[in-house]
Amino acid sequence: MGGVVLVFDVLLAAALIWLAWQATHTPGLFRAVISFIIFGLLMALAWVRLEAPDIALAEAAIGAGATGALLLSALGRLAVTDEAGTPWQERADLTFWIPAGLALLGLLTLAAWYLPSPGLGQEVQASLPDSGVQNPVTAVLLNFRAFDTLLEIGVLLLATIAIWSLGPMPMPGAQAIISPVLPALGRILFPMFALVSIYLLWRGSHAPGGAFSAGAVIGAGGILSILAGARPWLTGSAYGPWRVLLSLGLSAMLAVALGVIVLGQPFFAYPTHLAGTIVLLLELAAGLSIAMSLVALYLAGQPPTHWDGESLRQ
Amino acid sequence: MSLNHWLGAVLVISGLPFFFLGTLGLLRFPDVYTRLHALAKSDNVALGFVCLGLAVYSGSLITGLKLLLIWLLMLVASAAGASLIGRTALARGIKPWGV
Amino acid sequence: MTELFTVLVGLLLLNIVVGLARVLRGPSAIDRMLASEMFSTSAVAILLLMAFILDKHELLDVALVLALLAALTVVTFVIRVWSELEAPKSDNDPGDTLK
Repeated sequence: MGGVVLVFDVLLAAALIWLAWQATHTPGLFRAVISFIIFGLLMALAWVRLEAPDIALAEAAIGAGATGALLLSALGRLAVTDEAGTPWQERADLTFWIPAGLALLGLLTLAAWYLPSPGLGQEVQASLPDSGVQNPVTAVLLNFRAFDTLLEIGVLLLATIAIWSLGPMPMPGAQAIISPVLPALGRILFPMFALVSIYLLWRGSHAPGGAFSAGAVIGAGGILSILAGARPWLTGSAYGPWRVLLSLGLSAMLAVALGVIVLGQPFFAYPTHLAGTIVLLLELAAGLSIAMSLVALYLAGQPPTHWDGESLRQ
Repeated sequence: MSLNHWLGAVLVISGLPFFFLGTLGLLRFPDVYTRLHALAKSDNVALGFVCLGLAVYSGSLITGLKLLLIWLLMLVASAAGASLIGRTALARGIKPWGV
Repeated sequence: MTELFTVLVGLLLLNIVVGLARVLRGPSAIDRMLASEMFSTSAVAILLLMAFILDKHELLDVALVLALLAALTVVTFVIRVWSELEAPKSDNDPGDTLK
């Protein structure tokens, strides 16, 4: 059986390298985007082979969901404004990138070689009972290294603010084909997106899952309903305070980080008996923020505060 | 080796040819409509056999229901995608092969 | 039985790698899109089989997420890329400026 597994690994690695090459060096932009989407799909399989189901789940959720939709929508906008295919890769770049890539590979190999041998896995396992959750990955992300997660959520919020400040959301053109499939798809699938997302959030405390996968899944659901013609009512007070959700993750994490100081704990050190509840609440807040940010990023600009007419597509 | 393991394995193996036929059709069929037809076989039949086989193999109701849900979701995606692609291809004036 | 499933997983990956020829050859955007749809079905089947080979049932959740999101890419493509392109000039021209 070892032979079959070896063949599988070699095939997977070769396909990944070929797709990465296609994604960066093919002359057509669409071919590059499709190669990147398939790359993400096979990367999820590679993470499973590397026994990292948490990362496989995140790769599946982000790679198959938001990334593909963002890249394809950007491409659609480019195709309208710029008809000509863009031969954007110059041959001369190779004389720089091939040696630079090889040097980076060498450095990474060296770094991997000198990694401390058992890693921090045993320390994490030893302190797992104090973390309030049973899944070591969630324990690291939202308890032991919650500061890193705080910064990541902050980056997502900053990106949203930067994109919104660039201008109003571009309105998509009138739809060429009228299909009954799209609204039906939104109606059937959105409840499933919500259900799977809640399931992943709940699973996160004891199995692969958690805020990032859950947020990415419900965010993808939001993108699908926008494609199906829903109005992105993120701004405007008439539709409710949805905009607040964008910063909920960051403000909740900051509140907890500073709040525990009042209780006499160090910065971001949860009291052990409250740790489980705090981690779950932070996951919920972060998941909602991630979902809203993905939808907001997809809009590529600030949505208007008032919507005339029934939907984006009349 | 119990009966449900054998039955499950036979069902999973029955799905494999449909995956290969899907790829064969994708590579050999002449236009987008015929390729859609080939693609639907692997989405519907092949994955259906694999999910059914694994559900029988596991012998657990909750796993079986999850596998059924996965298959149904792929069916919805496949049907909606095929309908949208076919409609758009016709609207764009792509003529079906042989017509 | 896991040995059998391992062989099947290898065959399914081979199926994907052979299908990559359609991504390479094209000729139009929709052909590449169909190939990518085919791969997501195969990847779901591979993940399901791996969940049983490794006896890790959390991999079923990865397959569930892939199946749920399968519709998103193709819907985005049809609505935001394919429909926005200009209509084809003649019957033989699929009208794709994208390659």
